[in-house]
Amino acid sequence: MKKTTIALALLLPVAFIAGQYFSGTAQQAPSLAADVSFSGGAAASNNAKKSVIDHGEVGQVHQVKPGQLIMDAVKAAQPGDVIQVFPGDYVETVYIDKDNIRLSGVIIDGKRPRLYGENRLNDAILYSGNNILIENFLITKYKGNGIMGQAGNNFEIRHNIIEDTGVYGIFPQLGINGLVEHNVISGIEDAAIYVGMSDHIHVANNEVFDSVAGIEIENSRHAVVENNFVHNNTGGILAFVTPGLPIKDTVDVIIRNNWISNNNTANFGAPGSMVAGIPAGTGILIMAADEVIIEDNIIIGNKTAGIIITDHQNAPNTTLDPESDPTPDKVMILNNLMYNNGYDTIAEAKVLMATELKQGQPDIIRVGNSNNSCINNPQQYITVGVSKWPACSFTNTDSVLNYLLDEPAAPRTVAAEEKGKYVYLGVCTGCHAYTGRLIGPPVQVIQSLYMDEPQALADYILNPLKKRDDYPAMPKQDYLDAETRLAVAEYMLNVGN
Amino acid sequence: MMLYGLLLAASLSTADGFSLSQSCPPSFELVAGNQCKLVSRYDMYDSLQNKGVGGTQTALPERRDGFSPQQIDLGRYLFFDPLLSGNHQQACASCHQPARGFADGKALSSGANGQLGNRSAPSLWNVGFLKKLFWDGRSDTLEQQALIPMLAEHEMANTPAKLLADLQANNHYPALFRQAFNTDRIELPQVATALAAFQSSLVSLNSRYDHYAHGYHQALTEQEIKGMNVFRSFVARCAECHTPPLFTNQQIAVIGTPEPDGMPFDAGAGVKPGWEKLRGGFKVPTLRNIALTAPYMHSGRFATLGEATEFYSKGRGHAVPANEDLLLHWHIWEPKLTAEEVEQITAFLGSLTDQSLTPQTPKRLPSGLALPSELHTELPPNTATSGATE
Ligand code: HEC
Ligand code: HEC
Ligand code: HEC
Repeated sequence: MKKTTIALALLLPVAFIAGQYFSGTAQQAPSLAADVSFSGGAAASNNAKKSVIDHGEVGQVHQVKPGQLIMDAVKAAQPGDVIQVFPGDYVETVYIDKDNIRLSGVIIDGKRPRLYGENRLNDAILYSGNNILIENFLITKYKGNGIMGQAGNNFEIRHNIIEDTGVYGIFPQLGINGLVEHNVISGIEDAAIYVGMSDHIHVANNEVFDSVAGIEIENSRHAVVENNFVHNNTGGILAFVTPGLPIKDTVDVIIRNNWISNNNTANFGAPGSMVAGIPAGTGILIMAADEVIIEDNIIIGNKTAGIIITDHQNAPNTTLDPESDPTPDKVMILNNLMYNNGYDTIAEAKVLMATELKQGQPDIIRVGNSNNSCINNPQQYITVGVSKWPACSFTNTDSVLNYLLDEPAAPRTVAAEEKGKYVYLGVCTGCHAYTGRLIGPPVQVIQSLYMDEPQALADYILNPLKKRDDYPAMPKQDYLDAETRLAVAEYMLNVGN
Repeated sequence: MMLYGLLLAASLSTADGFSLSQSCPPSFELVAGNQCKLVSRYDMYDSLQNKGVGGTQTALPERRDGFSPQQIDLGRYLFFDPLLSGNHQQACASCHQPARGFADGKALSSGANGQLGNRSAPSLWNVGFLKKLFWDGRSDTLEQQALIPMLAEHEMANTPAKLLADLQANNHYPALFRQAFNTDRIELPQVATALAAFQSSLVSLNSRYDHYAHGYHQALTEQEIKGMNVFRSFVARCAECHTPPLFTNQQIAVIGTPEPDGMPFDAGAGVKPGWEKLRGGFKVPTLRNIALTAPYMHSGRFATLGEATEFYSKGRGHAVPANEDLLLHWHIWEPKLTAEEVEQITAFLGSLTDQSLTPQTPKRLPSGLALPSELHTELPPNTATSGATE
């Protein structure tokens, strides 16, 4: 077992003093209520995980009350700000294309703010920024997703209740270092929690039920799924490689200490969706994912099987992708409590069992290929397809607290000079050559005009005056912020050819 | 809003001859080894596994660059020169016209001899980022790709021998190839390299959408922002395949668009043995500069962006011929977009227009042939640099 990652990522137990987040804001604001309800006291327990970068200083607090739009607060917010949303109904799509925003519901007398999609709006919350924290909402009746991330790193999504909301309840995609904790999600047509193409993810302490898939880890690496209550879905917990996506593999997933029971709900997935092919009554489904560890779960009452392991060839609805490996390798089944699974299993499973001269109700079914996989104490389960698997060389993953990054994924720091260069080359050179006339005058001429006055140049491009009769007007560069305008001015004045 | 006509010829061409530019095109930096490297504001960001797909502030995928200024400039002449076709009537630029987003405005392209092709000419903007070329993704490199239209009977209908003889016999090209490749004998791979070099300089990353992505949220109108949110919503799911920053995830997807009346079913990527599951599959195309390149899809079947968008809302497989059993992509479903949402998406797609780095069309060609007549159109107004607020 190649397990360099096992030793990795010992989380520093950062004592997350919730109240601290708001220090510097007016003391009498009822703002603390949100955090008190989150942590159950003045401070969170000292094993609280964090993936958002703590910048220490707290920005402004924006309060949103019923009748107002959350989006207005998002538009006004600067990185570092906190948006507190008070109990009441909010009918809108909230999109956050900024970094470092904490979107925090305030719970008062058990009432939390409700994002209500009226079966009309698409997604409830959409973010693309880094360091986004979303907590304490009730989300219902949207057509798309409850909470959807597109390439935001260091996210924390917790303490939300999501009911009867479209396709995915919580769907972070293409992000690094994220935490999905303490959410209750039900009535979802695809996956209640769906981690797509993301690395270093922790999904813990959620309840997911009455959905097609409970928790799905897809084309993602280094994920821990633990302590979740996963019941009454069609399939409980999935670790998938879906072919045809730009990120090609799923590697290193620990599924442990989950309670996975009675996932027997008839499949109501959309035709053609990956999950539409899951047989009702599947506890855990591993499709083509590598290095998946299944440990200490309680898996009971799933009528088709407790665990199904399959390659792409034997899975329905999978397309062809020569770049993705169709085989689930290095699947590691440690100790699990499995009971009363497979009592109404599918015909294919019965056929497979017959080939091994087995009878009864299968806990574990493996179809297709799988290399270098292992299982501990197989005698306790009714299995098919794993009888040749050797015992694993270890019994637990205790050394892995989680796979979140010790240091959150840092935004790339770009020196002003670099920014100046990117804009100069990427924008200005389209109209200004060093020598010779292009659409605008040559840079040499500009250098002689502005020599030691980069600020004057920076001011000019914000609002260019018409200067030359024989040239067109120069378009405003007002989309550049002040720092970047000065940086590009300095770069232009110093550039050599 | 300004109008720029076609730019003047490169300053370095002289009355008696041609010489190649020694500077890189806009957005490229000249680095050691006489190489032009792309620089853009997206260099401020990272992307997961360096795949260049993500959200607003995500790095670009790996790109083809590192060509010399001379190779790029030689490629520019070749690209516009009908000398490359068998009958000297058609240039690459005939079907990939700068004024039409480097496409040709036709549903199906027609070749040098007037023969009608079977697919629509795609835009070449940002083609240097693509790992798979052609609608069906059958070509892996620009070099490999470049020779195909030149030699295709229904396109430029040339032969390698004739092409090389024409170039070698020309008054200027041997000297230009010497500048670019330090060679006395023109060879086919050099032609391919020069064309690849030029095409890799077709970069469009300064649209109003880009201004939004880099943080200037006023760059888009309310309507366009609504469109962006529908586009990336999990109802429309456009961004799941047309993923920023290039608005393609570069995968093959079977979505089941219709052929024009009378055209046979196009199996796309599925013609390759063993690839039957991808029958009807096409490469997800970039949507940058998409407003300039109607009609749409591999077949040019849709005249407007509105029609192309509505296609996704008309039901999974609604246009698949009855005798075809396609494994349609899982994101093709029934989003039931409202007419208003379709308009919003269309508005958003318009904000992806940026032609600020359009290369100069040569005023004269080394071959002495006239520019193909298709190219005598004006460049449409550049909508990229003016803010929505103006
Ligand atoms: C779309 C073409 C275009 C782009 C892009 C452009 N410029 Fe210009 N620029 C012009 C034109 C045209 C003029 C001449 C305007 C005039 O004289 O009225 C000009 C003039 C200038 C001048 C001369 C001002 C003076 O006092 O004479 C400066 C400085 C300048 N540009 C800086 C920049 C910088 C920095 C950038 C990149 C952020 C840039 N420009 C991008 C077209 C452009
Ligand atoms: C007769 C019109 C025509 C001519 C001339 C032509 N092309 Fe094309 N080009 C097309 C069509 C049509 C396609 C799409 C064909 C397909 O996908 O099967 C295409 C595709 C391409 C592509 C792939 C783009 C992508 O996004 O996958 C590139 C690159 C390209 N052409 C470059 C060139 C070059 C270089 C030349 C000159 C040597 C050239 N073309 C000449 C019509 C033409
Ligand atoms: C499953 C992946 C997928 C999804 C989702 C998707 N597209 Fe496409 N798109 C494609 C493919 C593949 C093509 C090329 C199909 C063809 O030529 O037949 C395409 C083509 C297009 C084109 C024509 C491009 C051109 O150059 O002609 C437009 C416009 C377009 N899509 C817009 C959208 C919009 C708007 C949405 C959301 C409503 C969307 N797409 C959703 C895969 C997708």
